Order: sequence, then C-alpha cells, then structure tokens
Amino acid sequence: MIRIQARTEPSSLMKVASPLLAILLTLIFGGILFSAIGKSPSQALHVLLIAPLADSYNIGEMFVKMGPLLLCAVGLSLCYRANMWNIGAEGQLLAGALGGSAMALYFIDSDSALALPITLLAGIASGMIWAAVPTFLKLRFNSNLILTTIMFNYIALYLLIWAVHGPLRDPQGFGFPESAMFTDATLLPTLFENSRIHLGIVFAILSGIIGWFILSKTHLGFQIRVFGADEPAARYAGFNSKKLSWFVMLFAGSLAGLAGVSETIGPIGQLVPNVSPGYGYSAIIVAYLGRLHPLGAIIAAVFMAVIYMGGDLAQIEMGIPVAVVSMFQGILLFFLLACDFFINNRLSFSNQATN
Amino acid sequence: MKLKSLLVSLGLLAGAAAVQAEEPLKVGFIYVGPVGDLGWSYEHDMGRKGLEEYFGDKVKTTFVENVPEGADAERVITQLAKAGNDLIFTTSFGFMNPTVKVAKRFPNVKFEHATGYKLDKNLGTYVLRTYEGRYISGVAAGMMTKTNTIGYIGSFPIPEVIRDINAAYMGAKSVNPDVKMKIVWANTWYDPGKETDAANALMDQGVDVMLQHTDSPAPLIAAEKRGLRAIGQASDQSKFAPEAHIFSVRDDWTPYYVKRVQAVMDGTWKAQDFWGGFQDDMLTLASINPNLPADVRAKIDATHDAIKSGAFKPFTGPIKDNKGNIAVPADHSLTDVELAQVNWYVEGITDEIPR
Amino acid sequence: MDSDLIVQILFAAVKTGTPLLFIALGEVICEKSGILNLGQEGMMLMGAVVGFLAAYSTGNMGFGVLAAMIMGSTMSLIFAVLVLQLGANQVATGLALTIFGTGLSAFVGAGFVGQTIQGFPPIAIPLLSDIPYLGRILFNHDILVYFSFGMTAVLFYVVNKTRIGLTLKAVGENPNAANAIGIPVLKVRYLAIMFGGAMAGISGAYMSLVYTPMWVENMTAGRGWIALALVVFASWRIGRIMLGAYLFGLASIMHLVLQGMGWSISPNLLAMLPYVATVVVMVIISADHFKEKLLAPRSLGKPFDPRNMA
Repeated sequence: MIRIQARTEPSSLMKVASPLLAILLTLIFGGILFSAIGKSPSQALHVLLIAPLADSYNIGEMFVKMGPLLLCAVGLSLCYRANMWNIGAEGQLLAGALGGSAMALYFIDSDSALALPITLLAGIASGMIWAAVPTFLKLRFNSNLILTTIMFNYIALYLLIWAVHGPLRDPQGFGFPESAMFTDATLLPTLFENSRIHLGIVFAILSGIIGWFILSKTHLGFQIRVFGADEPAARYAGFNSKKLSWFVMLFAGSLAGLAGVSETIGPIGQLVPNVSPGYGYSAIIVAYLGRLHPLGAIIAAVFMAVIYMGGDLAQIEMGIPVAVVSMFQGILLFFLLACDFFINNRLSFSNQATN
Repeated sequence: MKLKSLLVSLGLLAGAAAVQAEEPLKVGFIYVGPVGDLGWSYEHDMGRKGLEEYFGDKVKTTFVENVPEGADAERVITQLAKAGNDLIFTTSFGFMNPTVKVAKRFPNVKFEHATGYKLDKNLGTYVLRTYEGRYISGVAAGMMTKTNTIGYIGSFPIPEVIRDINAAYMGAKSVNPDVKMKIVWANTWYDPGKETDAANALMDQGVDVMLQHTDSPAPLIAAEKRGLRAIGQASDQSKFAPEAHIFSVRDDWTPYYVKRVQAVMDGTWKAQDFWGGFQDDMLTLASINPNLPADVRAKIDATHDAIKSGAFKPFTGPIKDNKGNIAVPADHSLTDVELAQVNWYVEGITDEIPR
Repeated sequence: MDSDLIVQILFAAVKTGTPLLFIALGEVICEKSGILNLGQEGMMLMGAVVGFLAAYSTGNMGFGVLAAMIMGSTMSLIFAVLVLQLGANQVATGLALTIFGTGLSAFVGAGFVGQTIQGFPPIAIPLLSDIPYLGRILFNHDILVYFSFGMTAVLFYVVNKTRIGLTLKAVGENPNAANAIGIPVLKVRYLAIMFGGAMAGISGAYMSLVYTPMWVENMTAGRGWIALALVVFASWRIGRIMLGAYLFGLASIMHLVLQGMGWSISPNLLAMLPYVATVVVMVIISADHFKEKLLAPRSLGKPFDPRNMA
C-alpha cells in the first residue's frame, strides 16, 4: 500500500528534486505527445528546451524575454509572501508602458540627458499608482485584492488601447494604432552590439538581488516572512500590517511599471496595442516556480523565457503547431505545481493494508 | 564583434543558398493570428500552401503563427532569417517596424511586409486593392436593399478600411441615389461574437444588406437567420449563409506569393510597393448566388469586368468629401500613394471618422 | 428610439448575456465553496470545440451540449486534483489550465475550422411569448437560453433554500469549522469545481453551437474573464448574476447600437465600463463589513488541507 504522509518539516531535498521530477515527467509526457503527432521526440525536446540557449543571439533574446517576467515576478514574490494576493502585475505593467510612453512622446524632440531617467520614473510612478488604488481599496474597504487587481488589469488594457488609438497615436502614421517611434534621448541603451539586451535587463536582475536582500537581510523582510508564515503571530508581535501591505504592493507596482516602460522604450521602441503578451500573468507562474524567492524567480524566469522561445523555434525548425506547444507548456506547469506536493508530504510504502 | 561577424556570415549563408539551384528556396511566413482563425492569417496560410503546391520541391516553406505584435515579432523574424529563409513575408501591419529593423541586419535576405508603407532595398510591401471588391459589393448592396439602408462593420479606422467604406458607398450610390449607409466600428479584426452583435445592432436599425471589414462569417450567419442579405469577405463564405450570401470577395495571396518567389529564383526580385486586385487575380468574386435577380447579376458582372479590365477605377474624380471639399479633382484617379492616405469620408456619408 | 428597437436591443442583450450567465453560474458555485478557478477560459474553449465536434459528427445538437459539459467537467477535474489533492496554488493552477485548454482546443479543432452546422432554432414559448414586450425579449429564444433560465432558478433555490446551499456556504466561509462538524470539505469542493467546469463547457457550447455555429480558435475571446467580474459585480448572488449578465451583455452591444444611430463613443472606454462598475460595486458592498460577511466567501482562494488539522 502507498500512503500519503505529511512531513513534519518541508523536505529540503524535495525543494530541489521536485522541479527536476516535474521536468522528467514532462519530458516523458512530451515525448509521447510529440511521437503521437509524428515528430521526433528527442529533436522536439531539444528545440524546445536547449536550442533557445544554443547561440549568442538566442541567449540575448532569452534575456530580453526574461526581463519583464522577472521584474514582475520579484514584486509578486514579496506580495505573496506577505499574503497580498496581487494578480495585477499585468495592469501595473501596462500602466507603466502607458505612462512611460506618454512621457517619451513628450520628449520626442528633446536631446536632454534627463529625458531617459524622467521617462523611466514616469513608468515606475504609473505602475505604483496602478498598484496603490487596489491596495487602498483593500486596506480601507476590505475589498478582495485578487478580484480588484484583475479588474484593474482590464481597465489598464482598455486605457492603453484607447490612448494608442487616440491621443498617443502617431500623427504621421496613416491612422494606424501605433505611437511615433521614440527618439534616442528616451530609448534604453543596448549593452552589446547586435543584441537587444538593454539596460532594463540589468534592472531586472538587480531587482532580483534587491528583493532577496530585502527579504533575507532586513528587518522589513523578516516582518514580511513572519507575516506570511503566521499572521496572528505577526500581529501579536506588533508588526504594522498596513505598512507592510503598502510596501510590498508599491514595490511590486514600481517593478511592474518599470517592466512596462522598459518594453516600450527598449525592444519595441514605440507604444503599440500589444505591449505585453501576458507577462503579468506568466509572472505569477514564475513567482510560484521560483518558490516565492527573488533569486529563485531569476531561475524560473530564465526557464519560462526558454520555453516561450522554444515554442517559436519548434514552429520554425520542426513545424510543430503553436497549439501543441501551449499544451506542452500547460502540462509542464501542471507537473511543476503537482510535484511541489512532495515538499510537504511523502509517500510511505508498507506491506500491511491500512485499516 | 564576434556576434556581428556570426550574424553577417549567417546572412551570407542564407544568400548563398539561394544561388544553388538544387537547394529548395526557403520561404518564411509570420502570422499574427492562429492559422485556424478562418480569417486573415488563415488566408495567408492558404497562399503559402498554394505556393508549395505550385513549386513542389523547389520551395520549402516555414511559418510561425500567433506571434504577438510586440517585442517578440523582431525575434521571430530574425530567427526565420537565421534559419536560412531567402524570402520572408511578414503578414500583419504591426510587424512593420520589426521587419524594418531585421531587414537592415540581414541585407541578403528579402523581406515583404503586407499592408505597410516602409520600404528598403531588401524590403518590399504588398497591399490588396480590397476597395475594388468593395465597390462591386456596394453596387450589389445598393440594388438589393429594400430599406435603402446598408450596414458596414468596420474594424479599425485606418486608411484601408476608410477607403473601402468610401468605395462601397460610391458603388451603392451609383445604382441607388437614395441609399444610406450605417457604419459601426467593432474595434476587432476577428471576434465572431462581437461581429454577430454588430450585425444584429445594424439589422435592428433597418439595415437589410450587410458588408463587413472584419474577417469571420458571423455577420453572414446573422443575416441568414433573419432572412436578410450579406456579402462575404476575404474567403468564400457561401456555405455559412446559403440564402443570404450575395457573393464573397475572396482574397487570394497565392498568385502574388508565386510571382515573388519566381522573381527570387530568377534573380529579378526588387523591393517594390505592390498593389494587387482583380487584374492580378488576387481578388475574385466567389460563389455568386444563383438566387439573385437577373439585372443585379448583370450589373455585378459588368462592374467586375470594367474593374478587371482596368477601364474603370473607383477613385476617379470628381469626388467630394463629406465636408464639401474636393477630395479628388475631375479627370484624376488616385495614385497608390494617395490611396494609402485616404482619411476622409465621401460626400453622402453622414458619420464622422472616429479619432 | 422607438419601442420596437428597444425590444430588439434587449432581446440581443439577453442573447449576448447568456454565455456569461452560464459560466458565471458555474463560477459562483465554485467560489461559494471557497475556490477561485481562473481556468474558465480554457474550460470554455474545450467546451466550445468538443461541443461543436460532437454535434457536427453526430448531427445531434443535444449530444453536443452534453459532450461540452462532460468535457468542461473533465478539464476542471485536473484543476481539482491539483488544488485539492496536491495543495497547488489556485491562481497559478487556474492560469496553467487556461494555457493548456487554449492549446488543446486549437489542436483538437484544427481539422474542423470552416465547417458549419445548423444551430439551435429559436422556439417561441406558447402564451409567454405573446406577453407584450417581455414575450419578445425573453421567450423567443433557443432552447439553451431557456435552460439558462431554468438553471438560474434551480441554483437560486438550492443555494438559498436547501441544506446543500448551507453546506456549500459553510465550506466557503470556514472550511476548518465545516470540517469539524463533519462536512466533507474536499468532496464538496470537488463537486463545486466540477459543476463550474460543466457550466463553463455549456457556455463554450453556446458560443460554438448557437451564437456563431462554427469553430474557430480562441472564439471565446476573453468572455471567461468577464464572467469573473460578473460574479463579483453580482456580489455572489444568483439572481443578481442573471441581471448582471444581461446588463453586461447590454453594455457590450450598446456602443454598436449607438454608433449605428450616428453617435460616436470610444468603444475602448466603453469596454472598460463593466470593470469599473465592478470595482465600484465591490467597494460599496465591502465597505459595509456586516454585509460583506454575508456576501463574499471568506476563504476564497485560500488553501485547505485537512491533513494539517490538529
């Protein structure tokens, strides 16, 4: 008989082993899936998981893809640690893109050295505002944060689409819903020739490190951890839950806003209706895969970026339809989420039948 | 520096492949939607399949579907170029700036961008003269309407759509001086539910013939249910509405793709701004309904023949806009460059173009 | 605006609101048990594609609806096992379910794009459809719309008047207390999730069998997410969900109607309206702490593990 037993303490072995187990299961399942559609499983898995890191161009692009995921996920990790169920990274990212782009368009004829920092700050501030409203509604009116932040995602999306069809549309763009291309004064510098790796990626990795530092090395981080682990104890200890809530939400909002503005003044170079292919939602998955740990988020963001890029490459190299790729991604996530079970539980094998 | 030389040599390799006759010519396509959308991306994929059928082993095609028009587009186009494609078709307006950027980096790869307006030495554009089909649609609708009210579902107020609204209205007016046109903007290219809503909203208000600049057959289905009439767009949609269907204006990208691939094989490819319509077999009238009255059928055929032979061009002056200004002077037909910038409604349309 | 047009607009609002009503009814039961399933869009798409396939290949529409419900339930079972049995995070699992369902539905439906079927015909209910105005708005629809009326009534009764409803609410309010008095919390939640899946399935089938009788990829276009707003907007009350669904339906067609009449309104600002309204409603209901206790399920989104109980 196999029985499930709760572990008295989370298994540190399984913390490492569970993602590996999930990946192994996905490989087996993916192998079956790809054979079923008549593709070589080994080649498919290679293209999906290895090819995105196989040459310098792809590695650069992986960083570009990872940047916004990581920025959002670090903020979300801190929120979730503090029991603030913020689903609103997508909206905060879009708000950052919108605010930042409006500022970049204001500076369109400028060559001021201040243009870029002010544009970035506008993006960060917009993201913070977009996080602040649901936070206020929660703390003041006790609204469900999950639901308000989802609503704010949609409000931000339609606001952005409205702006790009209206006030921010390129007057010389023949009526197409795009802003003018930003000029060099407000574009994020790229770090290497012939690569799109831009300053935003540095911000993203720094955010991971700063997030880790706050969480692990500061009294504030200690409070967040206690608060997340045992809310009554934290209250008993006199921690100010409002202050903590404000801090994690504004931190997350500013990072998501930074991600948004960095996309528009980085790789895209203008405001378009499709700034984000759902980075804010994917970042929730990244945060969980990273064990709500800012450094873990770095690894998880790399992983997510790889499987997204692998999806495109699988179409180019092997003609695997995008539908199969998203099935594969879904299954991988299921396995990852399922295997976490074994961190807190174990299977025990015994010969006796249970009563 | 190393990266640069790598990229250059990859570009050279791609160019070298084209020279060798035995190697198949590699052609890449990038689609904004899934190939299963039965609309814009679906039609381009039909064009790709037509290309493969025509050339057999002499071409090898690759496509990437569902590519968001944000930061990802540039990477996917680059990866198509890196994968050795000699000719790459980027089939949505939102891919314009990414295509421009990638074309600069891969001077030996040839690029063609649908519906855009930016050209380069190795970057051409191609546009359908959909307004020609729309004029014939207007003629048919003007004769078929009993309420003297025809409906038009717009997608986005860009020049292509505004041009086609004008063409449809002029066509209708030419056969029915009392005709009115009601326009609604669905703000989507493809959402069957929304298109149904839009069609119903128009038909509730006395519209009895539907035209639409969105891609799904939903408006035809809605018209069929009410016993009214509609015209198919982009593909042959007759089977969705056997009774309501007047005819479909079918987009056919195959002749263009065949011609351009042949040009690359012959070494005669040059970047150009190409406009194709009935004369080039890129537009056809499909499944003209046998239940049409004989005089309507005759007028449809006559208008079609006049346009196809080049004897008649819809945008020939004198044409006034709906503010009373001369938009096209007498004895002048709008050139392609002028057609690309139509941002006025023709006299008789009472609406304003949304800003 | 003459009365004829108003009747037609309201008729259209009911039709547009029906898929929202179905999926929101499923979601509200799920949420009442304390579970937030963000996988509606994936379940709905699977319902749409499987419903279409079944109806297309058998020629039997009823069979299509049934297949869609079973498919929706099956999809939700994946979510249920992960969340209830393995303690996975609800939000992340729901999102993964949407990714998976979007891909799987496109894969399954690939060969059926461009096929068409005869949708459900409208049935005028005798006598009721003769009521002035109301008859034409409510009783001149297809059979699935009537099914949604029936479903609303049944759920209204079950949730508000029966033991089952009390049990459901007890589980959603405080699973630990419910467990202590012997309610099988996990079993209740399993059933609630699977009911939600079945309703998402039928909502998808409504899109592919009735609304636009065909299958195309991603045809639900985000309606699953609107339903989430709708549940909150209705403050978890069955009757209000029905009204809200038609109100949301009306909001989504109103800009089209107004444009046809020559008004010009930004469709994007209008599309924002249901979400803004939902936030406002949330603030109003949750500002009053006493009311909030009665409405929002207390344990919504929080995990419950009976093994961790002392």
